[in-house]
Amino acid sequence: MKLAYYPGCSLDGSGLEYGLSTRRTAAILGIELEEIEDWNCCGATSGHNTNKLLSLALPARNLAIAEKSGLDILAPCAACYNRFRTTEHAMRHDRKLKEKIEAIIEMPYDARQETVSIPDLLANKIGLEKIREKVVNSLAGMKAACYYGCLLVRPREHTGFDDTEEPQSMDQVIQALGAQAIDWPYKTECCGASLATSRPDVGTKMIYEVLLNAQAAGAECIVTACPLCMMNLDMRQKAAERAYKTKFNIPIYYITQLVAIACGDAPKTVGIDKHFVEAGKYLDTVKIRAAEAKAAAEKAAQEAAAKAKAKGAGAKEKAVKTGGAADEPDPKKVAGFVAALTKNPDKMAAKLVADPAQAGVLASILDDKRIGKLAHLMAKDMELAQKAAAAFVQQELKRQGECQD
Amino acid sequence: MANAVKLSPTGDRQKALISRLEKEAGTSINLCYQCGKCTAGCPAAFAMDYPPRQVIRLLQLGFVDEALNAESVWICASCETCSSRCPRGVDIAALMDAVRREALAQNRITDKKVAAFNKAFLNGVKWFGRTYEAGLTLQYNTATKQFTKDSELGLPMYLKGKLGILPERIKGRDAVRKIFERSQEKGGE
Repeated sequence: MKLAYYPGCSLDGSGLEYGLSTRRTAAILGIELEEIEDWNCCGATSGHNTNKLLSLALPARNLAIAEKSGLDILAPCAACYNRFRTTEHAMRHDRKLKEKIEAIIEMPYDARQETVSIPDLLANKIGLEKIREKVVNSLAGMKAACYYGCLLVRPREHTGFDDTEEPQSMDQVIQALGAQAIDWPYKTECCGASLATSRPDVGTKMIYEVLLNAQAAGAECIVTACPLCMMNLDMRQKAAERAYKTKFNIPIYYITQLVAIACGDAPKTVGIDKHFVEAGKYLDTVKIRAAEAKAAAEKAAQEAAAKAKAKGAGAKEKAVKTGGAADEPDPKKVAGFVAALTKNPDKMAAKLVADPAQAGVLASILDDKRIGKLAHLMAKDMELAQKAAAAFVQQELKRQGECQD
Repeated sequence: MANAVKLSPTGDRQKALISRLEKEAGTSINLCYQCGKCTAGCPAAFAMDYPPRQVIRLLQLGFVDEALNAESVWICASCETCSSRCPRGVDIAALMDAVRREALAQNRITDKKVAAFNKAFLNGVKWFGRTYEAGLTLQYNTATKQFTKDSELGLPMYLKGKLGILPERIKGRDAVRKIFERSQEKGGE
């Protein structure tokens, strides 16, 4: 895969680690990045706060240069991504506006390509399977809150690769790396962006709320794909702690840093030492946890194998004694139960589930698949069949509950 | 009719201005039925004089001058939560943006700091083609007379290689400067 690359101003400055780790992630996953020649600033929020044409023409110059290559564009910064998507949308849907913009930038631009974000690229364009294949240092034991903020997923008409309220792409990516994605309510809340500079009385509270909610949900770190969110949550975490007389000490990571590290990079290669809130120690903790989890899993697998072997030997003896296969039930018996379950579902359900109301539920959901499964188990072991029946009932009740919600 | 109370100040000037703002934002304020979902979700509503729902209400009633003077216009962080949740499809964030630009054009800047930040940010882009973070801070601090603001971040940023002393200048500076000039000439729309 080859993409035109728009680093944006932050990735050469305050978002240095994002630039480093994006390039590493691309190299690891086999994506070629061709930097847009002589690119200019997208104008960010200050642009659209000031002049609408300016806010579209600044991105359009970059996009028009990129269009000559015929490549889609990767814009890691959420603000650049949002401005690019907004410009593409405007160019495609407003003919008059398109003509004005082309006159301003003195270049033709048809918005034939599209700009992609890092979460979209990783989760959808490359895919989780490919990422999973490359993981050598699992992040098992990491408890991370994925923070999408505003600009990656809103508005839906401009972005559209993930849900605006409950996005999943970053959660899926870090799960593919072995980490645990914490469910939390502040996924798409705003960090306040430049309000932290211009109105700290407003911005600091917004930063504090995000950190507080991540911590309350049990997250031990936050994962972002936006240099502004990083700046606020990492660089200004201390200011938020001071203002609210608390201690968070929550490390913040770019999602690309985690991909590169899980795929074998040393943390320093992707700028973990450049953070304001110390972020290297937690990675060490995760490493130890991952090693422990791996050892425990191996031990459990060994024990299970030994047990199966012993059981297999026992079963063989039994089979010799009874003269039949111990694991497979008698097909005649199974056929008998299938017939009974089909003809008299109510009566048979009552045998499997003690509670009459629940037995009624079971009878109402008996289809061929469930009948086959239950008949098989009943012929083998009545207790197992009862357990399976109870599970079917619970599933159905849960489904009904969700429908009512 | 001597005792008639005039509820709305809407004259032709206000009417024309409101419909221009609506056009620029690509949305219609009459769709709004004041459910308040925008304000409920707004992460900055706690600091606003008129939260998003009330800004729309001001415009519906023709109080365009009050809307232009509202501090909330400058507090809005453009996070678009309001627009994405509005059950009537009103693009509140775009409207806030349009009101903010109009207030700027009329020099009715209720929050000078936000406007100063935007100006300092765009000056760097206009001069060099890219954001000049060090220059932005310096300009902003000078304009708002907060000389030591964020000074605790400057040195560590520099030491970590996150803050260039000199601006990055692109070759197409002329093209970028022309983009600024033409956008301004055309009045932004």
